[in-house]
Amino acid sequence: MEEIQQLLKERILVLDGAMGTMIQRYNLTEEDYRGEQFKNFHISVKGNNDMLSITQPQIIKEIHKKYLEAGADIIETNTFSSTTIAMADYEMEKYVYELNFQSAKIAKEVAQEFTAKNPLKPRFVAGSIGPTNRTASMSPDVNDPGFRAVTFDELRIAYKQQIEALIDGGVDLLLVETVFDTLNAKATLFAIEEVKEERKIDIPIMLSGTITDASGRTLSGQTAEAFLISVSHIPLLTVGFNCALGANLLQPHLEAIASKTEFAISAHPNAGLPNAFGEYDETPEYMAAQIEEYLKKNLVNIIGGCCGTTPAHIKAIADLVKNYKPRKSPLTPEDGV
Amino acid sequence: MIDLVTNNQQPIANNHKKMLKLSGLEPLIITPESNFINVGERTNVAGSRKFLRLIKEEKFDEALEIAREQVDGGAQIIDINMDDGLIDGKESMVRFLNLIAAEPDICRVPMMIDSSKWEIIEAGLQVVQGKCVVNSISLKEGEEKFIWEAKKIKRYGAAVIVMAFDEVGQADNYERRIEIAKRSYDILVNTVHFPSEDIIFDLNIFPVATGMDEHKRNAIDFIEATRWVRKNLPNVSVSGGVSNVSFSFRGNNVVREAMHSVFLYHAIQAGMNIGIVNPSMLEVYDDIPEDLLEYVEDVILNRRDDATERLLAFAETVKGEAKEHKIDLSWREGSLQDRITYSLVKGIDAYIIDDVEEARLAATQPIEVIEGNLMIGMNVVGDLFGAGKMFLPQVVKSARVMKKAVAYLQPFIEAAKKKPKSPKGTYYWETANPVIYGALKEYAKKMRNQPTQAEALLWNVISGKKLEGYKFRRQHIIGNYIVDFICLKVNLIIEIDGSIHQLPENKSSDEERTIWLEGEGYRVIRFANDEVLSNLDLVLKKIKEALEASPSGMRGAGKVLMATVKGDVHDIGKNIVSVVLGCNNYEIVDLGVMVPPEKIIQRAKEENVDVIGLSGLITPSLDEMVYMAKEMERQNFTIPLMIGGATTSKAHTAVKINPEYKNAVVYVNDASRAVTVVGDLLNKKTANEYVAKLKKDYDEFREKFLKRGKTKSYVSLDKARANKFEIDWETTPVVKPKEMGVQMLKQLSLKELLPFVDWRPFFLSWDLHGKFPEILTDEVVGEQATHLYNDAQAMIEKIIAKQLLKPKGVFGLFEANTINDDDISVQKKGKEIAVFRTLRQQLEKREGAPNIALADFIAPKETGKIDYIGAFCVAIFGVDELAKKYKEADDDYNAILVQAIGDRFAEAFAEYLHKQIRTKHWGYSTDENLSNDDLIKEGYKGIRPAPGYPACPDHLEKETIWELLSVEKIIGVTLTESLAMWPASAVSGYYFANENAKYFGLGKITEDQVQDFAKRKDISVEKAKKWLNPNLA
Repeated sequence: MEEIQQLLKERILVLDGAMGTMIQRYNLTEEDYRGEQFKNFHISVKGNNDMLSITQPQIIKEIHKKYLEAGADIIETNTFSSTTIAMADYEMEKYVYELNFQSAKIAKEVAQEFTAKNPLKPRFVAGSIGPTNRTASMSPDVNDPGFRAVTFDELRIAYKQQIEALIDGGVDLLLVETVFDTLNAKATLFAIEEVKEERKIDIPIMLSGTITDASGRTLSGQTAEAFLISVSHIPLLTVGFNCALGANLLQPHLEAIASKTEFAISAHPNAGLPNAFGEYDETPEYMAAQIEEYLKKNLVNIIGGCCGTTPAHIKAIADLVKNYKPRKSPLTPEDGV
Repeated sequence: MIDLVTNNQQPIANNHKKMLKLSGLEPLIITPESNFINVGERTNVAGSRKFLRLIKEEKFDEALEIAREQVDGGAQIIDINMDDGLIDGKESMVRFLNLIAAEPDICRVPMMIDSSKWEIIEAGLQVVQGKCVVNSISLKEGEEKFIWEAKKIKRYGAAVIVMAFDEVGQADNYERRIEIAKRSYDILVNTVHFPSEDIIFDLNIFPVATGMDEHKRNAIDFIEATRWVRKNLPNVSVSGGVSNVSFSFRGNNVVREAMHSVFLYHAIQAGMNIGIVNPSMLEVYDDIPEDLLEYVEDVILNRRDDATERLLAFAETVKGEAKEHKIDLSWREGSLQDRITYSLVKGIDAYIIDDVEEARLAATQPIEVIEGNLMIGMNVVGDLFGAGKMFLPQVVKSARVMKKAVAYLQPFIEAAKKKPKSPKGTYYWETANPVIYGALKEYAKKMRNQPTQAEALLWNVISGKKLEGYKFRRQHIIGNYIVDFICLKVNLIIEIDGSIHQLPENKSSDEERTIWLEGEGYRVIRFANDEVLSNLDLVLKKIKEALEASPSGMRGAGKVLMATVKGDVHDIGKNIVSVVLGCNNYEIVDLGVMVPPEKIIQRAKEENVDVIGLSGLITPSLDEMVYMAKEMERQNFTIPLMIGGATTSKAHTAVKINPEYKNAVVYVNDASRAVTVVGDLLNKKTANEYVAKLKKDYDEFREKFLKRGKTKSYVSLDKARANKFEIDWETTPVVKPKEMGVQMLKQLSLKELLPFVDWRPFFLSWDLHGKFPEILTDEVVGEQATHLYNDAQAMIEKIIAKQLLKPKGVFGLFEANTINDDDISVQKKGKEIAVFRTLRQQLEKREGAPNIALADFIAPKETGKIDYIGAFCVAIFGVDELAKKYKEADDDYNAILVQAIGDRFAEAFAEYLHKQIRTKHWGYSTDENLSNDDLIKEGYKGIRPAPGYPACPDHLEKETIWELLSVEKIIGVTLTESLAMWPASAVSGYYFANENAKYFGLGKITEDQVQDFAKRKDISVEKAKKWLNPNLA
């Protein structure tokens, strides 16, 4: 894993774009989602994108391929919601291991294919770990602010399961993303540390929060810097932000942390805000132009896309980053000092 | 240049040194330059008896208040400890921390999770998102446990306090302190790989001056050990509980405060950078009297063998005097009536129930307390108010006391009414004059047996509860009169006038009698014999209506219907008028806000009201009022119509409303006048004269107004456009917003808005005129303004503490160009996503003065330059709900206070956001540094005009803003049919950044612009006229 650390010093790495947006284009039916394995599943599963890694692996592989062709250095596994907590919506908790394992496996296969073709541009697989649909530090019930729908331990156990399966499936790194509640992220980090210790391994961690409020705070109320401090106890490969309201609105938050951490910085914004039809309409050129502002300011080490981005967006970004140098942490002492 | 820094011992640059970084919602970074970090300790069951009791009693709400006071008081970290044998420590820790997490004003600071039990610490660490401090671990139970705990803490991402404690015991001298500190540090850094900057040593602060020799060095050893630790163990912090040091002087706060200061002064110099200090138990070092300072320093630094004795002796002479707050309660010694009057005049509600109860027990009937004691007091209030010696806020407070008293009496009054009455029972005695009762009784009996034909006919249909179940009596004696029929339940008297009544002398005596009866609280309706005989159905219908309408005015002064008109949501002024009238014996039927005209008409009839009062704040409400006047005319109303609210004026009332209604229309410009006006309108003797005078005045005003209007001349729209406001687009700076697109604000704390509050309008809404803060010391209203201000502050504190109100906002910054002279095309990536239609001044200007439209401030498309525009909506949620709660509790004062505060916060939010836009999101004015005063004076660059206000009076543009920003979807502010915003405490508008942009008033426009506007907007000319009505020339 020193490989990716080394690469990060040399150039800006490109992360892939949205999985969901790409899956939408296939207009899959309930039957497509069910495939063979879940033909007789007792409830509707349409919309459970993560299960497509099992039922329609060729589609997921195809999407991975498109992103790799577009120039992504890192692709994310199709596992954003593959925890027992998030899968409860589809009553698929017991398939969590298989979901993560399969997703990691197919992503790894495609990545290796591309690395073999061009060993000078090695490709990596990041195990995508979403925030789940519950918050550990906020109450979903306005009348009972002390109530919690999920506990730290429940999250820790669920994440541990996901992490183990992702590692078994062959991921190169872990991407804890779209963090809206820092406590959820801390439970993830805790689980990762447990797995690392038990298996006596090391695995790079990318951690990415999301800020959608113009006050510059996460959903759980922390400022960008407080968020950074709260997750810096574990050595991270990168820390950064994703999703949110588009590339330009992410910039101030990146600026807020860039000068305050020795970790590398990542960003994978949405293609703007969804329009009235739920579609994202920032074109690749438009988004790339905004991302160029980050690059000019030397803000990032890893850059990719979130909701609404496509291989065309990633290609535009990949073409762009070649012209720029990666960010150097102001906190890392100069070589030789 | 001369290098001023010649000292070689420059500290290493901060960013190369490892610093202790903690976080709540906000970061806390402790740098070598940081001042002493103060840890709040009142949320510790061992440190605060009150806190312990609250936790034991599970009063978590109040316990949260303690946490809040700590943070408000300046604590930068709060220590939470639940170690007590009688409480479930783990459960309490989790519950309390979870509750704190929902309080942004508390959890903005880092938590210190304090327990001697690991399971409590771990439970705490599992529920806090920020980086906490664990208090504490030590080598007390050996290395293995120490390492295991430290590892876990590291994994949870917390800093840790390490006690100077090991297997042998607690370090109580210099050597042991440094021995344990060094050993702990080495284990943590080398074995656990714990970040050294996350280690905080608690080196044990023990009492001095205990009289025991072995305690003499307690303070100095701590100080010296601190110095050693900070020097030899890189990056660590040192902490401790300061109050321990003065333990032997409990009860003598003067000495204790001095000891704390002296101790801290030296310990901080030695490197202690964190500690638990009660700020109220701390004297300013420089303020310690010289002699005391010397004695205390001798003790702390152990400078003399007899230091303790000397301090003890000195301490005797400076025993602290207990500070006591005494409230003057001498007024409680006055007579019952004086006390009640005092409570009402001063608005004190603490004793009113006791006093009213006393009055009730003394009275024959509970109603007498209202009509007697309370009314006497309220009359004093009314007189003082009338004489300008009391002000609105006080009157409203008086009303609150009155309401409380009445609410208390109500059940007794009801109970008295329900008492079963025998035919010869108390009712007779209650209503009749006992002296002549005997005489009248015989006569009444006779009359009953010899009814007129009409009386017999009516009695036939209303006796035996035949009419809707109402019980009537006939030939009933009241005072000196015998009335024909009476329903005692609703105090309704029916009189049948035979031909004898038609004689003039009888007529006048009937009038006298009616006035007397009405004065006694009865309603009297009269019918002629003929009416009953020829049209009984109609008579019965009228009786029924009268029965169903509740009595006019509880004490008979009159009944006033109050409503904010359809489409409008503002009602502070209306509420104040209601309260003031209520204080003056009028019964108020308050229909609330957004009341459709049909409902006003219907309720006015049902309730049989005496006056209708209409209120409105936004311009479309003016037309609603005109419509109401027309409706009242059409439906043959005769009662007066009262007009008020910010958008109304004498001019509009005289010119537009008054001509539509034959009867009285009166414009009431402030609440204080409402009482006199309604009094004049309803005074039977003088009303006609008053109304005639009013009508004449308004007619004259109208004529004058219309004449004046004619002298103004207007230019055509084309001409106005040719004379637009010119900006040189080649040279004027156009700044591209840093952040394009739509953003929302939902996480904002009200606290951040406080500095932006403009208080002047707040006082204005209470009829207190003057600049802030000068108004607080004003000779006339200063005292009242100060009271009001203090009440507002207390309310704000409560609102912030309990998060009763929630600010939410949305804004967007876009590319824009002016097209077709007056329209602003809003674009995204070159695609038009909205068009704002602006209106242009048409008043003929003097040479060189332009005819401005907002569109002039944006670069026209033809310039080829991309310009920018912004739009926003901010609102305060929860005002209505909170005001309702107060109203339900009969507390109008606080209800109105909440509304006024809500409006101030909405305006403050708009001001706050504008600043954020200027300096951050748009960033065209990054270097500005304006005070609140400057803001109020609009001393900034760029403007934020709001649709519905002078520069753009057209409310329709709000719809465009709503669509552009998805306002309703994102923050939930809706538009009424009159395009008022709901919740009412809301502000919306545009942002123009050009340095030449300025506020202006549109003034009147002419037909050609209306036609053009309708065409541009693709709406009918009628619709355009309806919305632009107030601006039509």
